[in-house]
Amino acid sequence: MDIKDIIKDENVIYKKSAVLTDNEMHYCPGCTHGVVHKLIAEVIEELGIQDTTIGIAPVGCAVFAYDYLEIDWQEAAHGRAPALATAVKRLMPEKMVFSYQGDGDLAAIGTAETIHACNRGENIVMVFINNGIYGMTGGQMAPTTLQGMKASTCPFGREPQQDGFPLKITEILATLPGTSFVTRQSCHTAASVRKTKKALIKAFKNQQAGKGTSLVEVVATCSSGWKQSPTKSNDWMVENMFPFYPLGDLKDE
Amino acid sequence: MAKAKGAIVVDTVKCKGCELCMVACPTNVIVMAKEVNGKGYHYSTPGNPDACIGCTNCAVVCPDSCITVYRAKA
Repeated sequence: MDIKDIIKDENVIYKKSAVLTDNEMHYCPGCTHGVVHKLIAEVIEELGIQDTTIGIAPVGCAVFAYDYLEIDWQEAAHGRAPALATAVKRLMPEKMVFSYQGDGDLAAIGTAETIHACNRGENIVMVFINNGIYGMTGGQMAPTTLQGMKASTCPFGREPQQDGFPLKITEILATLPGTSFVTRQSCHTAASVRKTKKALIKAFKNQQAGKGTSLVEVVATCSSGWKQSPTKSNDWMVENMFPFYPLGDLKDE
Repeated sequence: MAKAKGAIVVDTVKCKGCELCMVACPTNVIVMAKEVNGKGYHYSTPGNPDACIGCTNCAVVCPDSCITVYRAKA
């Protein structure tokens, strides 16, 4: 069959989700944010909740997330997305509410909000992008930066005696009774992207069922911050991030 | 010549040339163009389109949702 005969509207099996806007994303080439935005858009489209979903945008690279998904958004102060999500969900319990945060947002300045929202069991979805670095501000060390990993504020590698240990916030949140679904996924291969999508669907369905907080961590790359090409960043992530941040469900109730 | 079952169309204007689709493709359909797009990136393009099986792997990993995948129903 000729290529021209295949490229027809009735043969489309994968295209950009209608929930995504036509705006070009400002993210660097190969950024995992783009993949996760796309997955959230697909999940919202498949569940038919575009009109009832409110996203809480963070401070960090994803601060402009409201430009890319055609849903209602609120912009939170740095780290305060779970607090804002709590307010939105309590005022409008019929809406679907999710927060979208990076590691500097969720695990550093917003640790208190994160832990208390999860401990209260707020009926929200939290999407946590963990790339072990502050990407937006120029690759500074984050709480999740690995031991020995280089960042602009620890150019010789993170030294625990001076900089402390990397924080496994997802493991901490899994111990809280308020959380119902805590999982860690990645987006480095097509198979892992599909698994992440399944986890997001489950998280949103948990919210529909009123089960409490669902947290989906995505171990991500920051090729600009890590100073590697996108494909090499993925290899580096598999080699270095996954041993410390193992993938899989931590809690599913 | 192998018979193509699938085909991809890349939005070359939006593509940032990250090469993730090239790595994800199981049949090595995708190559990076020698030319650059308006942003100065070597965009991805189907260099060996006949090998495409329409698995959607390239489109699934694309961070900028540049790829549309078609598959013949035959």
